[in-house]
Amino acid sequence: MSIVLEVKNLKKSYGDFRLNNLNFKLEKGYVMGFIGENGAGKSTTIKLIMNLIKKDNGNINIFGMDSVKDERKIKEKIGFVYDENVFYGMLTINEMKKIVAGFYKKWDENKFQVYIKNFELNPNKVIDELSKGMKIKFALALALSHGAELIIMDEPTSGLDPAFRSELMDILYNIIQDENMTIFFSTHITTDLEKIADYITFINKGELVFSESKDEVLEKYAIIKGASKLLDGDIRKEFIGIRETASGFKALTSNKQKAEILFKDSCKIEKASLEDIMVYTVRGDIRV
Amino acid sequence: MDITITISNVSKDPIYKQIIDQIKGMIFSGELNEGDGLPSIRNLARDLQISVITTKRAYEELDKEGFITSFTGKGSFVSGQNKDLLREKRMRLFEEELKAVIKESKLLHLSMEEVIDIMKFLEEDVQ
Repeated sequence: MSIVLEVKNLKKSYGDFRLNNLNFKLEKGYVMGFIGENGAGKSTTIKLIMNLIKKDNGNINIFGMDSVKDERKIKEKIGFVYDENVFYGMLTINEMKKIVAGFYKKWDENKFQVYIKNFELNPNKVIDELSKGMKIKFALALALSHGAELIIMDEPTSGLDPAFRSELMDILYNIIQDENMTIFFSTHITTDLEKIADYITFINKGELVFSESKDEVLEKYAIIKGASKLLDGDIRKEFIGIRETASGFKALTSNKQKAEILFKDSCKIEKASLEDIMVYTVRGDIRV
Repeated sequence: MDITITISNVSKDPIYKQIIDQIKGMIFSGELNEGDGLPSIRNLARDLQISVITTKRAYEELDKEGFITSFTGKGSFVSGQNKDLLREKRMRLFEEELKAVIKESKLLHLSMEEVIDIMKFLEEDVQ
């Protein structure tokens, strides 16, 4: 087992925001989804991993190297797909590619040509005229052509229509057919992750909620629905978040087994989706 | 390797279990035979749009139970002895159930002949 990305006791604060003691690791050949509400600290974490901002404390190891000290070596092996435009808008795909290719020792022009064709990108098109989806495909083509073994993406699916998101997932599935490729991406669109992600790291208000295999998470959590009169003090403690209304309650538990014993006869017990887990953790107890 | 596996999102069974059951089913029915290759873990994950970890877990369990054998770099194949293994396992379960029937028949003071008669009578119902 080789660890491609390891975040240890990572801390960063500015203004009111605090990223507090973040820990997680990602094994080679797997996909990790990074989830959390807006402002939870996802982009901050990614910027720290990419060494775009300075951390206050902790360590980030990538391919066993230090993210700050060995930045140059690491970046040869990382493909970064950012949610904002990092290209020069007035250049064409081909012109931009020439600039980027110069940065990398292992640039493979043939590979690039194959990806551009597969992704149906017109090399003579000006970057400003590309849709967001096309820009992401272009960024991926660049990453895959310079020999990246770790693809890091910040919100690649936000603002994209379902058809393109589905195309992107297929592209990612093709990338991971090579078992040396590792993918880490943040998103708040959890339905994509429910398919492809092997691991989920969830942060809330700068704190780690969990970093675990998706299958384990989905087996542990459950949604319970029942009559509001069941909710006494002890029962409430069983839940991470409760949505209470005059017509009953809906709540999230992270102990499905126990819930099945407690609520077998009185409530409906259903699978929780990643979205349920995120929403109920972030919102806590609410009354509507 | 073309084999059809379908995953249901509304099933109570977890996805890895659905894969295991379907591959076992194909082995029992003879659709898959000794030496037949299975799709790679990563191919299957892509085809079914599920995670690599999930297909890996399914294959690992099938491997552990002796239904398939995986070779690093070469893929996974249906093992040879699993049909016999299965029959043996089922025979053991069958014997356990018969033992329970015999116990019950003793409580009801039924002779072995009577039990056999009842079974013959019931056989028509089952068909």
